Amino acid sequence: MSDCHGCSSSVTLATPGPATPPEKARRLAAIVGPPNCGKSTLFNRLTGLRQKVANFPGVTVEQRTGTVRFDDGREVLLVDLPGTYSLSTRSEDEQVTHDVLVGRREDVPRPDAVLLILDSTNLERQLLLAAPVLAQGLPTLVVLNMADDLRRRHGSVDLKALSRQLGAPVALVSAARGEGLDAVREFLAGEALPPVRTLVELPIITDVPKCRMWARQIGSQAGYRAPAPPLWTRRLDAAFLHPIWGPLIFLGVVLVVFQAVFAGASQLTNGVQALIDRTGEAVAGWLPEGVLRSLLIEGVWGGVGSVIVFLPQILVLFLFIGVLEDSGYLARAALIADRTMAKVGLQGKSFIPLISAYACAVPAIMATRTIENKRDRMATILIAPFMTCSARLPVYALLIAAFVPERALVGPLLGTRAATLLGLYVLGFLAAVATARLLKSSILKSQRTPFVLEMPPYRWPTMRSLGLRLYDRSKVFLRRAGTVILGVAIVLWVLAHVPLQDGKAPPIEDSVAGTIGRTVEPLIRPLGFNWKIGIGLVSSLAAREVIVGTLGTIYGMEGDAENSSLQAAIQKDLTTGGAIALMVFFAFAMQCMSTLAVVRRETASWKWPALQFAYMTTVAYIGAFLAYRIFS
Amino acid sequence: MRRARKRQTAPLPPTLSHLREGEQGVLERLDLSLEEAQRMMELGFVPGAHVTAAGSAPGGDPRVYRVDGSEIALRRETAACLKLRRPIPRRTA
Repeated sequence: MSDCHGCSSSVTLATPGPATPPEKARRLAAIVGPPNCGKSTLFNRLTGLRQKVANFPGVTVEQRTGTVRFDDGREVLLVDLPGTYSLSTRSEDEQVTHDVLVGRREDVPRPDAVLLILDSTNLERQLLLAAPVLAQGLPTLVVLNMADDLRRRHGSVDLKALSRQLGAPVALVSAARGEGLDAVREFLAGEALPPVRTLVELPIITDVPKCRMWARQIGSQAGYRAPAPPLWTRRLDAAFLHPIWGPLIFLGVVLVVFQAVFAGASQLTNGVQALIDRTGEAVAGWLPEGVLRSLLIEGVWGGVGSVIVFLPQILVLFLFIGVLEDSGYLARAALIADRTMAKVGLQGKSFIPLISAYACAVPAIMATRTIENKRDRMATILIAPFMTCSARLPVYALLIAAFVPERALVGPLLGTRAATLLGLYVLGFLAAVATARLLKSSILKSQRTPFVLEMPPYRWPTMRSLGLRLYDRSKVFLRRAGTVILGVAIVLWVLAHVPLQDGKAPPIEDSVAGTIGRTVEPLIRPLGFNWKIGIGLVSSLAAREVIVGTLGTIYGMEGDAENSSLQAAIQKDLTTGGAIALMVFFAFAMQCMSTLAVVRRETASWKWPALQFAYMTTVAYIGAFLAYRIFS
Repeated sequence: MRRARKRQTAPLPPTLSHLREGEQGVLERLDLSLEEAQRMMELGFVPGAHVTAAGSAPGGDPRVYRVDGSEIALRRETAACLKLRRPIPRRTA
């Protein structure tokens, strides 16, 4: 992994231009191709785990770089450019791809070579992109992907003829199966990269019909025989897009994902919890009593541990999203959801991120990358944190158990407690929908651009690609736990222990944390909260569930282990009205640093997270105030 | 009922949105802004292309269209901007 971090610096050092290979500068190759042609699969195949994901500076376009290593120790740096149908500069994605290829971006030098990936099962249309890419004159290998699919559906192409026509080498591969990749590696490792020598006249690139004629001509001269229609895709679509079965299957899929995230992951969650408890006990037994032990156990294990517990849920969610996306079902789901989403001014593609926001807003916001319309994407990012994420659950669970007496509402089916919880989920959803309407009719009003969604043929997801997704996700998640959350936990622990009185920690009321709580108390008294809840609220700015641990500490307890007495203690501090107000506050408030950070990263500005924080906090305050008034 | 019928046999030009599942038409022109038309053409919706209507979301909107070897879903409002060359041969009658 370590050399992966080094690559960012060597990118800037590498000299552009293929002619001058200086001392050890690595060759830079760019992967270009239309969406859904298997670009990422090929990238993963070539680089394995030696890759990293970042944003291109200043834009929301994802930049994936990785290294390909050869037996002789040499390395080639690969950059995976966003999928585009053309090199015109209409969208951010196309702009980035274009700028990299002409060497106009300062952060990425002009590539020494290009891998142009095209889907061989739809070659003539995909060749549209070949014209502008080959016109750049960079040494280019045309990689025809999905060879297995082409063969199975009885299509064929004469590689030699195609290579002659295009003036560039051509390789037929199956990235998913790892077929034919040697040719790609050989091209990347080759001593001298041959420049493109196109024999045919390249058409005027901006004239699409002319380009299409050119592509057809190339196709026929290369003896391209288009494959038979994908039978299985037609059959599956007959069911998935059926007027009655389609929506039912869709609903079933949503329920299964939901259920899997909440129930299916519980075994794993318990396992992780046990592991954290076990190691915590081991550390506690191993260290002598003192400041260090207290810091490690209460601060690190208590703070970071409570967050790591969510890892299994997140991985299960991403496994499902991965299967749905790789198989091609996600495009159909977006199609079915489009009408409903259109009613609040969004589009079908917003649906998937919003569903995943029920587990956590962070991956949901990252998943909005699939929405091309910038304003729709922004609106989805802004409403995602209203969906009831799993971090709110511990808070709800504690307060409901303490304040809502269990009574049957609808026979044994629904009790008061479950109904309260359901109500909170609905509350968050309604806030999201109302906010979407508000945004789409004001600052994010967008000209309705044509909704265009390509339906890829159904494919089996590969274990490899799913594994890589989960690995990526875990890395991001654990890094966050190890930095932001660890930091907050330590700061909080320190604030609750200073200033020292006679060399000992002061009563929590007199500590810095206590002072902070009492400072915010006048502000939150109208909501029915006292200074202890105040400390909890301030600490939960880092992450919502932190309030549970914080309250546990404040009441001089050891957190979850004695949850029942924590309930008893809380009952003395909150009225029922105050408890409901607190839950309403949590339903609306943006109590999550990670979400703010990811919004900042995805929107490349502080403006949006600041606006979001202000808006959500205001809604939460007003909502809690009203709830306290009504229920007191 | 009568009104709906009238609209179906309405005067030309027919658009993509008039195609029912399984029906085919030849694209005549795109009544979209230059930029949007460019984007649609890159996806295969070039004048002269044969377009076949396929499955759809419940209610028929958006609908999937087969064009140039791939399947693209369009909302009805967009499909209505893509004009067809000649009257659609109706299967019935």
